Order: sequence, then C-alpha cells, then structure tokens
Amino acid sequence: MSLMSLHKLTLSELQRKFTAGDVTATEIVRAYFLRVTQVEPKVKAYLTQCQEAAIAQAESLDRILKGWRKTTPMMAMPLAVKDNICTESVRTTCASRMLETFVPPYDATVVAKLRAQNYLLLGKTNLDEFAMGSSTENSAFGATRNPWNVQTVPGGSSGGSAAAVAADECVAALGSDTGGSIRQPAAFCGVVGLKPTYGRVSRYGLVAFASSLDQIGPITKDVTDAAILLGVIAGHDPRDSTSANVPVPDYLKALKKKDLRKLKVGVPVEYFTDGLDPEVEQAVRAAIEGLRGLGADIREIKLPTTDAAVATYYVIATAEASSNLARYDGVKYGLRAGESKDLLDMYLKTRAEGFGPEVKRRIMLGTYVLSAGYYDAYYGKAQAVRTLIRREFEAAFQTVDLIVTPVTPTPAFKFGEKAQDPLQMYLSDIFTISANLAGLPAIALPCGFSQAGLPIGLQLIGRPFEEETLLRGAHAYEQATTWRAKKPAIR
Amino acid sequence: MAYEVVIGVEVHAQLRTQSKLFCACGTTFGLTANSQTCPVCLGMPGTLPVINEKAVEMAVRAGLALNSTIGVHNRFARKNYFYPDLPKGYQISQYEAPICEHGWIDITVAGSRKRVRVRRAHLEEDAGKNLHEAGSGMSLVDLNRAGTPLLEIVTEPDLSSSAEVVAYLKALRELLMYLDVCDGNMEEGSFRCEPNLSLRPMGQTAFGTKVELKNINSFKFVKDAVDYEIKRQTKVLNEGGKIHQETRLWNLDRGETAVMRSKEEAHDYRYFPDPDLVPLEISAEWVEQLRQGLPELASTKQQRFITEYDVPEYDAGILTSSKALSMYFEACVRLYPHPKTVSNWVMGELLRELNNSGTEADASPVTPERLVDLLTLVDQGVISLKVAREIFPDVYTSGKTPAQIVQEKGLTQVSDEGALAGIIDEVLKQNPAQVAQFKDGKQQVLGFLVGQVMKASGGKANPGKVNDLLKKTLG
Repeated sequence: MSLMSLHKLTLSELQRKFTAGDVTATEIVRAYFLRVTQVEPKVKAYLTQCQEAAIAQAESLDRILKGWRKTTPMMAMPLAVKDNICTESVRTTCASRMLETFVPPYDATVVAKLRAQNYLLLGKTNLDEFAMGSSTENSAFGATRNPWNVQTVPGGSSGGSAAAVAADECVAALGSDTGGSIRQPAAFCGVVGLKPTYGRVSRYGLVAFASSLDQIGPITKDVTDAAILLGVIAGHDPRDSTSANVPVPDYLKALKKKDLRKLKVGVPVEYFTDGLDPEVEQAVRAAIEGLRGLGADIREIKLPTTDAAVATYYVIATAEASSNLARYDGVKYGLRAGESKDLLDMYLKTRAEGFGPEVKRRIMLGTYVLSAGYYDAYYGKAQAVRTLIRREFEAAFQTVDLIVTPVTPTPAFKFGEKAQDPLQMYLSDIFTISANLAGLPAIALPCGFSQAGLPIGLQLIGRPFEEETLLRGAHAYEQATTWRAKKPAIR
Repeated sequence: MAYEVVIGVEVHAQLRTQSKLFCACGTTFGLTANSQTCPVCLGMPGTLPVINEKAVEMAVRAGLALNSTIGVHNRFARKNYFYPDLPKGYQISQYEAPICEHGWIDITVAGSRKRVRVRRAHLEEDAGKNLHEAGSGMSLVDLNRAGTPLLEIVTEPDLSSSAEVVAYLKALRELLMYLDVCDGNMEEGSFRCEPNLSLRPMGQTAFGTKVELKNINSFKFVKDAVDYEIKRQTKVLNEGGKIHQETRLWNLDRGETAVMRSKEEAHDYRYFPDPDLVPLEISAEWVEQLRQGLPELASTKQQRFITEYDVPEYDAGILTSSKALSMYFEACVRLYPHPKTVSNWVMGELLRELNNSGTEADASPVTPERLVDLLTLVDQGVISLKVAREIFPDVYTSGKTPAQIVQEKGLTQVSDEGALAGIIDEVLKQNPAQVAQFKDGKQQVLGFLVGQVMKASGGKANPGKVNDLLKKTLG
C-alpha cells in the first residue's frame, strides 16, 4: 500500500499495520498531514494543528521502537481531539474568544490515557462555542464544512471532529455529547459516533457545558474503531466524582456475534412524527427491517414524554451552563477586556466581548430559570420531567434490549438555514436529547444517503453501561450493509 | 419603650484538614500568595471537585458534639455570585439538607445556664482574598485560602445580650478546639462570627427587622459591636424610625457599625444542586463509630475534675478551658498525686508564662515531668516554696532542669543545724531589743526574727528548721 493512501485506513487496520511494522510512526504522521494540507482548506475541521509536535513525537517513537517492537494499542495512532477537551501545553479554546489564548497546564483524563499509550495528537477540532450549537456556526473562529457537501453544515457541536474523521484528516477523534453533539454531526458526516453512558468516561478536563449531561465519546470510521477507542478512554476516575466505578469490558469481544438473534429491539412511535423528513424515515425504516433480517425481534414501544425532552433539556442544560461559565470573568485566565473603570465594568466588558450570541442567550436563559421565584416553575419542573423520561426508558428496557430511532429529523442543512432561528436549531437535537437526560449510551451510524447525496444516520440507544449490546447491534448492521464504503468527494 | 433583644449567630469555623475541601492543596496560613493552589481550586476550565472525606468526618464529629441530627443524604449546592476571590463564580456549599441539624449547646452567663439551639451546620468551601493596594489603583487576588473547608454553624435566635453571644462563641470555640476540628484562631480567620440582631417591644412575638454584623475578629469586638448595635437600634426605634434589613460592618477605629449593603443589594444566589458532586451518603454505622471516638468534652471533664480530683469548680473550669491544659494537669497528677497543689501551680506560674509567650500547654517548655521535679524538690526540703516560685520563669525559659538551676544558683536550702546556728547567733546579737521582748512573752516577735534569719541566709534557710532552732535557743 502506498503511503499516500494510509489515511483511508480505519483505526483497527492502521493498528495492525503499525504493530506488524509495515509503517512507521513518522510515515503515519506525514501521510496524515499531507492529507490535512490537501483537504483542510475546504473542510476547516481544525482550530489548532500540532504538526511539529506530532512529527517530533513520531520520530522519537520510531527511534525507541527500532529493533524492539512492543506497542500499546493507541501507539502512533493519529487522533484529533475536540477543542473543549484540555490538552496540556496545547491551547484549548472551546471555539470562544474567551479562551482564544488559553493553554491548559493539564491533560483531560481521556487525553492522559491516550498519551500514556503514545498516541499522536494531530490537532484540536472546531466546535460550536462551548459546545453550544448543532452546526459549528457558533464557533468564534468560523464554521467547519461538511465533507459531503461543503455548502452544508457538518452538524455540531462536535462538527470539527466528525468532519475530520469523514474527510480522513485523522484516523479517529474525540467529541463530547451534551444533547447529541457527537451523534448528530456523526450522522451528518456519515461516520460513527458513540455517546457512552453518563459516568462511563471521565469528564475531568472536559470544559463543562452542562455537567449532568456532558459525556466524552469516540467519533470513528466504523463500529470496531468506536469499540477500540471507547475501551481506551472508559473507566472510573478518582478525579471525577460522577464517573462510575464499573469494570470496563473488552468491547471488541462484543463484536464477535454477527447476528442479532434473541435481541429485542424497540421502535418508539413518538420518534416517527410529522417533523421527520421522508427520506430519513425511509432509510431508518429500511434499517429496522435490516435489523429484523439479522434476527432481531422488533417491537413497537412508547416513550410518551419524548415531546417534552427538548424543553426539559434547554432548562437544565442552560441552568448548569449559566453557572459553569461564570468562571470566565477576566480575573484569572483567558480574555480580559481592557480599560475598565471598575470591577463590574470589567466583568461586563469581558463577558460581552468574550462570548458569542448563542452562549449569551443560554447564560441568560439559565440564569433566569434558576432565579428566586422561578426556580420551582422551571428548574424544579424540568428535573421532575427528567425523572419521568428516565423512568419511561427504564420501563421500556424491561421489554427490549435496544431502542432504534433516527438520529436527526433531516440530513445536514445548509449554512444559515437555521442560524437565525434558535428554536429550529434546537429541534434538530430532538431525537438525541433524551439519551442525555436519561444518561443512556447511544450510538449513531450510517444507514443510507439522501437523494442529494447526504448521509443519513441510525441511532441505537441501550441500557446504562451496556455499551456492549449497543456495539453488537451496530456492528452487525454495519457488517450487513455497505454504507461505509462510500467516501465523500470533498469538492 | 422597653425592647427585647433577639440575636442569632452564624459562625464560619475553618476545619483543620491537611488538604482543601475539594482538591489536594494544603491549608497552611500565611504562605506566599497563590503558592497553595492547583487547577481545581483556581477554577480552571474542565477541572472537577472531589470531596475530602476528612472534612466530612470533622463536620460529623462537630455535629455530634453539638447534639445534632446527622443528615443521611447530603447534597452540595452551588451558591452563584461574581467576585474576584471566588474563582469558579460560585461557592460549593450546602443548601437543602445540611450535614447537621437541630443541635444545641449549653452556656453559662452570670451563673445561670442557658441552652442555645443550633439550627444547622453545613460544609462549604472558603473563598480567597482580595488585597487592595493603596494608591496603586490595583487589586490583587490571593487564592491560597480558596477551597479551604469551612463549617458554617447557625443558631436559632436564642441569644439576648452581648454577654450571651460571647459566652456562646467561647463555648463553641472551646468545643471545636477540644474536638481538634478547628484551631480557633480568630485573628487568622479560623473562627469568624457574624451575629444578626433585632429588637422587638417586650411581649411582642413577631420578630423585628434584623441586621447582620460582620468584620468582627475578637470576643471584645463581638461584645462592643453587639452593644453598639443594641443602642443604635433602640435609639432609632425610640425616635420613631425604622430599622432597615441590611448588613453592617463593625468599624474598630470609630467604635461603630456602618452599612455595608442593604437588602435590595442582596444577591440572588441561584442555589442549585452541584451536578459535579454525587449525593454524599453518610451511614449510621460510620456516625456511630465517630460518636464512640468523640473525646470527653469540656463540660463533662470539668465535672469529673471536681469529683475525681476534689478541686474547686473555679479551678476545674480553668483547667478544662483548653484540651491541652487539661491534659497537662492530668499528666502532672499522675506523677504527683496532689491535685490541688498541681492546680495552683498550673493556674498560677504555668499559665502566666504560657500566656506571656502565647504558648499552648502542649508546647510548654516546662513539661509535666519538670514541673513535678520542681514540686518534689520543695517536698524534699531541697528548696523553699518561695525559691521554687522564683526560679520557675528560669526553668521555663532556660530549658534546664530545676535541679540544675538550684545547683547553679546555689539555692539549695540550708537545713543543717550547725550552719543555721551561726546565722541565728548573729541575728540574735544584732536584735537584742526583740530578744528581750520575746523573753517578756511577746510571741509575735518570733516571726520577725525568723524573717531576719531568712534574710541573712539569702533566703536559703529552711524556715521550719529556723523556727524550731530559734525557739530552742531563746526558750
């Protein structure tokens, strides 16, 4: 194989080649940066590229490995990391003016785990500012384009990571998912995105948007890669009290079963409503038939509180965000506006200049719902509905092992199409939000294309800490179809 | 009109943990600014808090000693407000379901006992400090203290005078120090108190408008501030004015309180459960285990000293005023079973030196063993009681044993009859008039003559022996 096509490999394929000694770390990193140079001007997935550091690290790995080939799974694997996940000595901006120059003195736990295995950090990927958005249009540093059609959004907020994987600008990437921010861009870009169970992966070093919903997860070229990467980043972290002390299984083992016999899969009627694009519905229904064909027992289920999920989410997520973003005050790090006449003036100017309109909107919403006199009506009520939603899922999982739904109501939309209408934008997360509210693992994977040639995603939702079932279902479907063979032309 | 004074008190006690409440940084006072910080207590993006178990343990022990109910399900909440010394823009505290509720503590004021109800005590993190450099137009922030664990202890409005407030604060401080959960240092801010105070006409049940007092860092200032505020409010009400709900600062230099902020300016803290921390479950077994491990508290110990050592109530009160002092006393008594003698020495000579040098009894350079050595020298007649008292400061400061000092200064008591006879003869020769008076039956003169002998011996003569010898010689 020519070095020029190394970027086409999946993570598992590249791991095999590297372990076998067919390619060196330096060859890998050079091949990837060649690819980045070619397509990045059209895709704009990265906010920061780490070419020098990655090459230096690859060369040092190759020197150490000469004649002695004992590798860790992620050694020399070229990854991209969403720019709201802290990387020591590499700036972490959250796509915000507020943190434009912020260089963390620490690694997020997930990054430390990868670093311990000598992975290669290619760069930090674009996102909606502080992960607030569904298109990367809220990035303070310009939007990322969808590799399948650069006129359309890549989705968000992990749009940079999803686009980078789809455009072969990295072998795999990390994203974060608060209301669909891994799965929606994965669906829009035709790749695999996994949001783990809340608590499965440490949040330490993930710049918080909504702490009770945020979760880091893999964005990859196929389901096998998602299983590999999840295995590396999952596990209890004493630095994150909300991370669960649950053993991490060998996720690759879950992929051995190629059929879905005895697997009960629920189809919630509430997810197939008027707002659903006919092309998406058709593709998802066909995929459900595909699952049936693999032996799955398909049943209709009911999740009646689904219609309240978006409202509930926008109360809880904004409430938490209003508090999480209070630390950006110009005092300690990040932006401080110049020439303030007093403390209040410094706060006001710094936050006015540092935050974009969507972040401000959410801070104001969140501040309002927590205010004296409104707390019970909004935040209190939203927590009650959240419990209701969680219970509905618990009840559903009494009778089914997996739930299958669309990821998004439509394929990727055009730039500007929803940017002026926050509510329309919020509704693009309608099918992904419930899994965050209930803390459940969910995966998005390709299940077809629209007539315009845009990818369509399938979502599977599982029981807490049963990522294995999720991966098994997704893998069986993936192996029975050929969607992943199609690559974007990037024009 | 006559008014009833209604006072409640809020205390912030810094818990004596090695590390901060939510990170591994130390809690030492007075280090170089911002040297005791890490990404967590600096509130850097993506960092998360992890609760310090030791702090929870200390809070539970304090709660038990305050006779509180210990909460089973504990939640931390965020108290949101902007201030440069608050790195996250919120303080992690407890709001609903504090760790301790419904406690009480007994105080004694002017001989009568009163039970003060403690409404709640909860854990929270401290903020840092803003330093305003005069003339520079700049403010600096030191976050060394940010994240230090505090126990906020709130009473019911059960107090009615400055004396009661001070008695409560002293009792509480003593209790926390006994438990070794707080060092009680008011100047360094380890024990901060904020009384809130209102007046109501005698007989009225509804509370008046309350005023909160801040910036009080000694018992004296507490007393002064409360007394001032009672007078101020009485005057305002008597003149037909209205009390405004506000926070007032005690101004030490002017001896008065002044408005810091009014109710209208008060924050809406937007409390909500901190999603970064899971609910803290406290098991009944653990609480029971901690209860078993509680030390004997001052009030119990005072009673025991009275019955076990037969010392007066006054002595027992002073001896148990600090845990270290009570332990010192008991260590002495174990070696030298004369409690009242020990008590006199501990309350007198020892406490004087400790207070002068600002030292706690457990750090006294005169160990219980040394004190007992000194007392034994007196019993053995090696030195007089007077000499023993005189050399105590030397024993305290020099680090030498009492025997060494006695020897070096040649202070050994003279009891040898031959040596004393010479001095006595000399004294009798010089005081013929007094000798004659004694022989005429004036027994009182003997004391004078003993004194003269003591003086002539440079204080070293054994007074008992001198007495006997004089009687013999004159008799």
